[in-house]
Amino acid sequence: MLELQNVSKTFEDRTVLCDVNLVVPKGATHALIGSSGSGKTTLLRITLGLIPFDKGYVKIDGQTLLSFTQIEWADRIGYVPQDGGLFPHITGKNNVALIAKLRGWRKSRIDARVEELRKVVDLDPEILTHFPREMSGGQKQRVSIMRAAMMDPAVMLLDEPMAALDPLIRRSLQQELKSIFQRLNKTVLLVTHDLGEAVFLAEQMTMLHEGRVVQTGAYRDLLQQPANPFVTQFINAQRTLPDANELQ
Amino acid sequence: MKSISVIAILFGTLGSGASFAADTIVIGGKIFTESYVLGEMAAQTIESSSPVPVTRKLGMGSTGILFEALKSGAIDVYPDYTGTLAEAILKRPDLKSLDEIRQALSGLGLTMSGSLGFNDTYALAVKEEFAEKHDLHSIGDLIPIESGIRAAFSYEFMDRKDGYPGLVDSYHLNFGPQKISRMEHSLSYQAIDQNAVDLIDVYSTDAKIKKLHLRLLHDDHNYFPVYQAVWVARQSFVDKHPREWQALLGLEGKISEEAMLDMNAQADIQKIGFDKIAARFLGSEIPASQGWLHEVARRTKEHLWLVGVSLLFSVLVGIPLGVAAVRFQATGQAILLSSAVIQTVPSLALLCFLIPVFGVGTKPALAALCLYSLLPVVLNTFTGIRAVNPIHLENARAFGLNRRQVLFRVVLPLASPTLLAGIKTATIVSIGTATLAALVGAGGYGAPIVSGLALNDVPTILTGAIPAALMALVAHGVFELLGFVLIPAGLRRRV
Repeated sequence: MLELQNVSKTFEDRTVLCDVNLVVPKGATHALIGSSGSGKTTLLRITLGLIPFDKGYVKIDGQTLLSFTQIEWADRIGYVPQDGGLFPHITGKNNVALIAKLRGWRKSRIDARVEELRKVVDLDPEILTHFPREMSGGQKQRVSIMRAAMMDPAVMLLDEPMAALDPLIRRSLQQELKSIFQRLNKTVLLVTHDLGEAVFLAEQMTMLHEGRVVQTGAYRDLLQQPANPFVTQFINAQRTLPDANELQ
Repeated sequence: MKSISVIAILFGTLGSGASFAADTIVIGGKIFTESYVLGEMAAQTIESSSPVPVTRKLGMGSTGILFEALKSGAIDVYPDYTGTLAEAILKRPDLKSLDEIRQALSGLGLTMSGSLGFNDTYALAVKEEFAEKHDLHSIGDLIPIESGIRAAFSYEFMDRKDGYPGLVDSYHLNFGPQKISRMEHSLSYQAIDQNAVDLIDVYSTDAKIKKLHLRLLHDDHNYFPVYQAVWVARQSFVDKHPREWQALLGLEGKISEEAMLDMNAQADIQKIGFDKIAARFLGSEIPASQGWLHEVARRTKEHLWLVGVSLLFSVLVGIPLGVAAVRFQATGQAILLSSAVIQTVPSLALLCFLIPVFGVGTKPALAALCLYSLLPVVLNTFTGIRAVNPIHLENARAFGLNRRQVLFRVVLPLASPTLLAGIKTATIVSIGTATLAALVGAGGYGAPIVSGLALNDVPTILTGAIPAALMALVAHGVFELLGFVLIPAGLRRRV
């Protein structure tokens, strides 16, 4: 379970986050949505333990971030950066295995874990021998998910997992991701500005606007009982293509 | 702190590696023909009278370098001139007699011989035809034609108190100021040969006086200072090797001006080797030539040592400095700025600055090369690291890499192509700059280049210049190969 309680952050005199509360129950997939400037990237970095915050708690399974070092925390939260974020100078396999190697895992243990995860993400073994520049966007995402899951973290955190993909691949990978999350059976927090992605992958979502949570709930709740006009405005703004009736 | 101790250790080992074995006699010499000939003569004289091995460090830069080398014990003996000793070294132009100068030198732990027999001083020269036409024998004879005469004088002659200014005073000469050109010394010979000028200043034993049929004008007023050739030696050498010193003193008064001029001409005009010229004069055996291949091999070894050590230094010190420059903003700017400033110091000047600290020989040469090769490495490390996408750094921290692991697993591998390019630049610059090391007696490919320049002998220059160019080519190839080993495959250009 991932819990954020009253998380606040001020940069100099600008309040970026104000009393943010967010709970992702064990095994659930939750989406944090908001437009750019909403504070979602700051919240992501706080959750990863990369920057300090002024107030509140970040907890995984009841244990607070502040009682761990950055390195200990990193093993509890698997991070999938935007566009995969693979290191360009090493192969897919070495990207996946890097942390385990640095933690002193034996080769046989590393190989077994890599193979296990490869099956979960359904990746051609050949691809793991490639360098990132030789992979497609979807392949990079899968390798990055393998890397994030390598140390068996309690929580997975994905930053705009689909942003860099073209629409057709996006559609098929969305389907894939959903079943990967099910197979991994992890607590997942998805950070995105794309409502469609959030609706498809997550049961619940939290909408962030100007550093505050405006509404938390299922898509249906946001649509039918918007907390304020901004929620409706945000939803409508993302329905970009007119349907057949509107074209008449 | 770490890098400072690395520097200390590096120079510490160099110091012990480069010091000369105690039981050899080291002969120095300056970078012009006469000094090469006299140096060779001293070496052969000792070799024929003593079993102590002799090391030749001929063709070292300037008077200052030689003198520093003598004081520090890097050399034991070298030929110089009384006028130079009084004016340039002791800064006591009032000292005229040999005894006075010897007295002053003894305060520095040095001594000198009596005159070797000739005076190599300034003189004024005109062409024989010109002298015949105007009936010129002495400097005073110039007065009747002073307003019409075209003269070319060297920069040094024009500026030295004992040069032009005193000369015109002493003889009440009144040359037309429009008719005097300042000219590089070697070019003035060409100018007078082509009748572009009528009168030049020369050194009285220059070989070209003979070749170009010039007449020296007699100095009736004894205006020009006396430049008697002498051996200058460390007192400790004289005490330790009295027999060898006696052998050198045996040459006192033996070399006439005529003989010296003739030997200079053999070297400059007939391109006879210094060793043969000296041997012929001494009546000693001509030393067996070891062949150019042996010579090139020796120079290659010396050159590789210079380049290799400076390279090791620039890698061990330059990369950490580059990393530090990225991490600490203000310090970083200071590091980059100071290594850039070092780069702007002309190499000869840098060598001169380093002599008081490191003495003469391999040490100052290595220090200069280390300093020069620092900038490309520091700068490329800095630039390479700064060019690494900061997203990779943040991701690495999010994955739980510590600072060290971020540096060695992510930052340096990603910066490695730029870094390697910096090391390559440093190497190739070092190969070129190391040719100047010969000026402080460190040998290398610079030695034949320097002596070839002194003799205006292109083939000799090429025996240094061609191997240096080849070494640069080989270095280029080696770095291409190193790229395959050191640059991670994911970053390499696809072939």
